[in-house]
Amino acid sequence: MTFEYNFAFIDENAKKEIRRKLLKAIAIPGHQVPFASRELPIARGWGTGGLQITMAIIGPEDVLKVIDQGCDGSVNAVNLRKLISKTTGVRTTFETHKATIIQTRHRIPEVPMKEGQILVFQVPLPEPLRLVEPSEAETRRMHSEKDYSRLWVTLYEDIVKWGSISIGASYPCKVNGHYVMSPSPIPKWDIYKLHQSECLYLFGAGREKRIYAVPPYTDVEPLQFADKPFEVESFEGLCCCRCGAVDAYLDEIYDEETGCKYHVCSDTGYCDSRLGGLERNGL
Amino acid sequence: MGYVAVQGGTDAIENSEKLSNYLRLKGKSLPLTVKQIQDQLRFLVDRVMGEGSLYSPFHAALAIKQSEGDPLEAAFYIRAYRSTLKRIVDTLPLNMQEQRITRRISSAFKDIPGGQILGPTQDYKQRMLDFSLVEEDEEAMHKALSDYEAELKPKPIGEKGFVKVVDILKSQGLVKEAARETEEAAADITKESVAFPADRSSSLQMLSRSETGGVLALAYSSMRGYGSIHPTIAELRVGHVPVRIPHPFRENETVTIGSIQVTEAEILAKFESCGQDEKPYFTLGYGCCFGCNEVKAISMAVLDRTMKEEKADAPAQDQEFVLMHTDGIESSGFCAHFKLPHYITFQSDLDRLRATQEKKSKKEVKTGENINDL
Repeated sequence: MTFEYNFAFIDENAKKEIRRKLLKAIAIPGHQVPFASRELPIARGWGTGGLQITMAIIGPEDVLKVIDQGCDGSVNAVNLRKLISKTTGVRTTFETHKATIIQTRHRIPEVPMKEGQILVFQVPLPEPLRLVEPSEAETRRMHSEKDYSRLWVTLYEDIVKWGSISIGASYPCKVNGHYVMSPSPIPKWDIYKLHQSECLYLFGAGREKRIYAVPPYTDVEPLQFADKPFEVESFEGLCCCRCGAVDAYLDEIYDEETGCKYHVCSDTGYCDSRLGGLERNGL
Repeated sequence: MGYVAVQGGTDAIENSEKLSNYLRLKGKSLPLTVKQIQDQLRFLVDRVMGEGSLYSPFHAALAIKQSEGDPLEAAFYIRAYRSTLKRIVDTLPLNMQEQRITRRISSAFKDIPGGQILGPTQDYKQRMLDFSLVEEDEEAMHKALSDYEAELKPKPIGEKGFVKVVDILKSQGLVKEAARETEEAAADITKESVAFPADRSSSLQMLSRSETGGVLALAYSSMRGYGSIHPTIAELRVGHVPVRIPHPFRENETVTIGSIQVTEAEILAKFESCGQDEKPYFTLGYGCCFGCNEVKAISMAVLDRTMKEEKADAPAQDQEFVLMHTDGIESSGFCAHFKLPHYITFQSDLDRLRATQEKKSKKEVKTGENINDL
């Protein structure tokens, strides 16, 4: 027995619904738009939100890049890329500037993305207010009333307790002066790339059934206090042991034999391009 | 110093698939046929159809074979397969009066019109391992079948069908007829994301697709006293019911497209005064799921009732809590996702911890200096 799957797996009516919700999300930057969220052959929590967006917008002409933790070659990225290319036949790339659609988990590529490119984020927990409020009914009210006081108080208490804000990845941001949004678990290092960007950012949370977006040239500001400015991760005095980059987010790695700690670019496409693409650490 | 980040993903995945398949087959017993699973693992098939929310014993059995008997994983295959199917038409509401009953009990009354029908149940089976099953062969199977068929004395079923126990109570004014929901048509949670508080049709759909163990755990918490509703089973039914759709061309006509087996549970719960007249009535809870899965239908009915509580004092009374945490596909997927690399987020956490530790130790040094100054 054989079975023919549709182009990009999901049925066309479901894709249409996702595209309608995407348009709404783009029209209201940072606002979480509920969508039906189909189950995919990939487990919930493994990128089904991002995948549904990619599958709803991808066409035969697109060039796709998929990264996980910045890496083209990690098992999950390979798996998602395989599913999308198997069901669409589109070309894939490891180079940021050649891709029309990049699907990502936990990183924004180091090379700035341009107009016409789309970055699709996989989002585990889309609700930035979940930190302070477990109920969905309640957080939706808080967003609509722009009631972010409890989040601000939590950040303030963090400073009182620890001397600085203890949130690392998923740092809450205010989008276009209204909605507070979770940027997905990207490091703080990547937050500034969201602000006034040339490309379109789409966010999909499959399990939580939410889509949101940051359109090009939109203000995105991390929540911060005037006297306690937002700080990104520090890699002061460190560089990538492979390409020597000092301007990239670094993974910390321990050498098997010596136990020594060293660092390497988390964005493998960036690292490869600095080395002239001769080596492939991605695959 | 080598570069050791996770790489070679393609090969790793392929090899992992090959190894899993090898482990499935290496015992060299005859490959399981889908038909065998469909015929002989009925409860597992039913559970997978229910949680996968697609009524197709064949696909469920295939998923069970493919997942090597993991019910969560099998239901997941079904859900994913379901996403590829076009929704052609909405069926008409099932008429449970037409259900061909294979089992029907009430724990509220000793005798009910139509009678208690025990049907096929494991309830009164003594759970002692039956070692004769080890030796079961084709001959034994045929003998068991012909012996049983010889015993059968078919009787015609009464024309009227079976009156609902709840309807009897309603006619006596002991149960209040549920106020009709204002919505015109039932919601479809697979086409629209659910907003909270959820309407009843969404809530029942979510429960019906939920993981058996998940609804059981929450219903059990209520049964033990965390928001108890004091349930009695008015009626529990298992049987096939015809599925109809509107005739595609002829107005006011319907077409029967088949029948599905469902388990339906109606529970009576503690009485409450409803509305203005202050007169108390029994309250109701309703559960219905694909196939034969009585524990799930009863748990559903209990939760349907607990969630109607105006103020949620216990987890089982909090609709959002119950509905958002009982879907097996979603919860197992998210649980498994923690196996994915989290290098980036963890690096960010490390950065935060180191920075905070540094701040704290600077403070300590300062405090130390102060002490010396004194």
